[in-house]
Amino acid sequence: MTLRDVLPHLGFLFALAVVPYLGVSGPTLNFLIAVLIVALAAQGWNVLGGFGGQYSFGHAAFFGSGAYATAILQVQLGWGAWVGLGASLVVGAIVGLAIGFLSFRAGLRGSYFALVTLAFAEVLRIVANAAGFTGGAAGLLIRLQPGFENLQFADRRHFYLLVLGFVGVALILSRWLERSRFGAHLVAVRENEEAAKALGVDTLRVKLGAIALSAAITACSGCLYAQYYLYIDANVAYGTWISVEALLAPIVGGIGTAFGPLVGALALHGVGEATKLLAGGRPGLDLVVFGGCLILAIAFAPRGIAGLAARVLQSRSAAREGR
Amino acid sequence: MLVVEGLTKRFAGLLAVNNASLSVAEGSITGLIGPNGAGKTTLFAMASGFLAPSAGRVLFTGEDITTEAPHRRARRGIARTFQIVKPFAGLSVRENIAVGAYLRHPQRAETLASATLIGERLGLGPQLDKPAASLTVAGRKRLEVARALATEPKLLLLDEVLAGLNPAEIRDILPLIRAIRDEGVTIFLIEHIMQAVMTLCETVHVLARGEIIAVGPPDMVCADPKVIEAYLGPGAAARLNAAEAPRA
Amino acid sequence: MFPTEILLEALLNGLMTGAIYALIALGLTLVYGVLHIINFAHGALLTCAMFLVWGGFALVGLDPYVALLPVVPLMFALGYGVQRWVIGPASHGEDNNILLVTLGLSIILENALLAVFRSDTRTLQTDYAFDVVPVGPLLLSTPRLIGAAATLVVTGLLWLLLNRTDTGRAIRAVAHEKLGAQLVGIDVRHIYAVTFGIGTACLGVVACLLMPIFYVNPRSGGVFVLVAFTIVVLGGMGSVPGALLGGLLIGVVESYSALYFGDSLGQLGIFVIFILVLLFRPSGLFGARA
Repeated sequence: MTLRDVLPHLGFLFALAVVPYLGVSGPTLNFLIAVLIVALAAQGWNVLGGFGGQYSFGHAAFFGSGAYATAILQVQLGWGAWVGLGASLVVGAIVGLAIGFLSFRAGLRGSYFALVTLAFAEVLRIVANAAGFTGGAAGLLIRLQPGFENLQFADRRHFYLLVLGFVGVALILSRWLERSRFGAHLVAVRENEEAAKALGVDTLRVKLGAIALSAAITACSGCLYAQYYLYIDANVAYGTWISVEALLAPIVGGIGTAFGPLVGALALHGVGEATKLLAGGRPGLDLVVFGGCLILAIAFAPRGIAGLAARVLQSRSAAREGR
Repeated sequence: MLVVEGLTKRFAGLLAVNNASLSVAEGSITGLIGPNGAGKTTLFAMASGFLAPSAGRVLFTGEDITTEAPHRRARRGIARTFQIVKPFAGLSVRENIAVGAYLRHPQRAETLASATLIGERLGLGPQLDKPAASLTVAGRKRLEVARALATEPKLLLLDEVLAGLNPAEIRDILPLIRAIRDEGVTIFLIEHIMQAVMTLCETVHVLARGEIIAVGPPDMVCADPKVIEAYLGPGAAARLNAAEAPRA
Repeated sequence: MFPTEILLEALLNGLMTGAIYALIALGLTLVYGVLHIINFAHGALLTCAMFLVWGGFALVGLDPYVALLPVVPLMFALGYGVQRWVIGPASHGEDNNILLVTLGLSIILENALLAVFRSDTRTLQTDYAFDVVPVGPLLLSTPRLIGAAATLVVTGLLWLLLNRTDTGRAIRAVAHEKLGAQLVGIDVRHIYAVTFGIGTACLGVVACLLMPIFYVNPRSGGVFVLVAFTIVVLGGMGSVPGALLGGLLIGVVESYSALYFGDSLGQLGIFVIFILVLLFRPSGLFGARA
């Protein structure tokens, strides 16, 4: 992968990086941070679901494990936030490998894989809600101590940049998937597992690699969530909401593309906010719109916003050539 | 190069392949023929690792690979095509071939160069950037061969790559298969089109009801009464001979 | 150890809850068996039906059991329409797409209900909600007993429908061999929609049986749907007798684990069973598909 391959991606990241310095309001910044955290979780989902074709309905399992890993280390054991961040990534990858090993070894795919991941996330939710070291139903509160070493920032813009940094890493990683042997193998598994095997692809290993990477990215998102709101409980960390968000954004934005999850998360939440503004404070309306976007994307834009954009660009260059 | 010893596959009481033994000589084009449902594809699946045999052994260059996974066999140099083609429909033709080429070339640039070369060689040059889903039947068959060839195999297993092609397309692809062999790739193929088998193969194995019933050069095998009966039913050989006798 | 009477009561309660579960699972498994899709919107559709029953009672004082008459046909129509004009056309026949479209539907339905009714929990006040029938030394809840009996009746009716009517025969033909059915002139899209409609009509029945003893809020259906998935997987995807047996079994398991471990861990037991069956016995405990 050369610098030229990632130039548009770096440009996009730079554009996002200057946004908070354009005088946006506090609530807007809050909103953007929340969207970026969701986008990161979605980027994780996209590795396994988009590139690998294994649709997980339970990415909450990884999000929650990442969130709890850092929260438990800090609250119960008094470790530092940066160690907690590292631990989140590792714990996420391990949970991913464990779920992946069990499901892929059993040959689960399609709907069965979706169901089993959903069930794993629910099991973790119930356990986290009942166990002692997770704070049970009361949840865990991370102490407010602004400072770089605690991964907490008095200036929200700095936290925004931190999250954007991780989103950037995930974006470049996704781009690498588009250009590398591992990525090609992963896509081959998605398109036809038998044919991939015949061409020398160790499909189990590729899927396990993908779920570990996918889970680690989503766990990182969970860790940042805990770090930003400084509070988690089982229904937030392991809740269905994040499993749904993680798969919605890539599908609407462009499944299996590097930009898809990020674009999808921004677009969805933009529309969601607009709905809330227009329709007043009724809860759930933004999600109604999300559900509608999901169905519309599947019906009319199988490659999401990225696919539509590519089509427009193509027809435009075709028109130019025509002249 | 490839040796199969006493290979047997049972599916819930059905004996698909029964104690089949055969060998494919290095540098040869060897055929596997037989009536429908004889177990040819099952035998191929066991040779390439997609099915575990109930009994028997598979040897490749002298090593026992009976229990080895398909991707390991591919790394050893066994490539296969599928009778029912399995293109990566969402990818371009070039990307399809590249998945095979990545086996020997970890770098993207080399892989793409190799994929382009192989694609052009198989007459897919103009379609390289089109989605594989847009290919015709003949194009898909070529893509199957191109992908397998991109893994730079020592042994190429071709499962009915001519089926569904028209005579002109078959005429085009035959010299290609021969050329692949001339570069040192051993070829083992399942084929129904006898004309192609006769012109391509040096040795032919005949499988009927899961058992190898004849081996030899194609013209000899085709004259074998057992083979004729396997295809046309019991007594057919005798009737054919009787029909020809008065004329002689 | 608990005394025999309590164990027996837990067993009977489990069976009665299990019967309701079975009826929910029946709709799910029927849709799976014929359309080969996993309907994630099943729970949200159940919630819709429950709100219908609640609305009928709250607005015009319609008794939940009488509500069967309007609610079941309404739910059938809803299911028919959703499959015919939303799921079918939007998913382009791809499994992963169908899964996502039904997920999208469940998000829409659940949150539309949330927007309209907020997250308040509502119940019906009927005179017979706490009636009991003495059976030997035990007192069994009348509405639950009615629910269990109705389940058996509905299962029987469904069996008659599938085996004794032309529509039923068409449904089974499509389930068995879609292409062949199409060739002999069966309108597969219509049959798909009818099957989906029957699946949701089952939910209409469930809602009427459930409302006298249960509450409704926009997330009520979700409580049941994962249980229903477990039952369907346990009984073998697409198997009607499997769903019935699986439902009863899960009802009893839940009842006993709640007795021994408390409510929330009882739920845990169900999910663990679910995962184990998926991983080790994906064809279900009761053998292959019907």
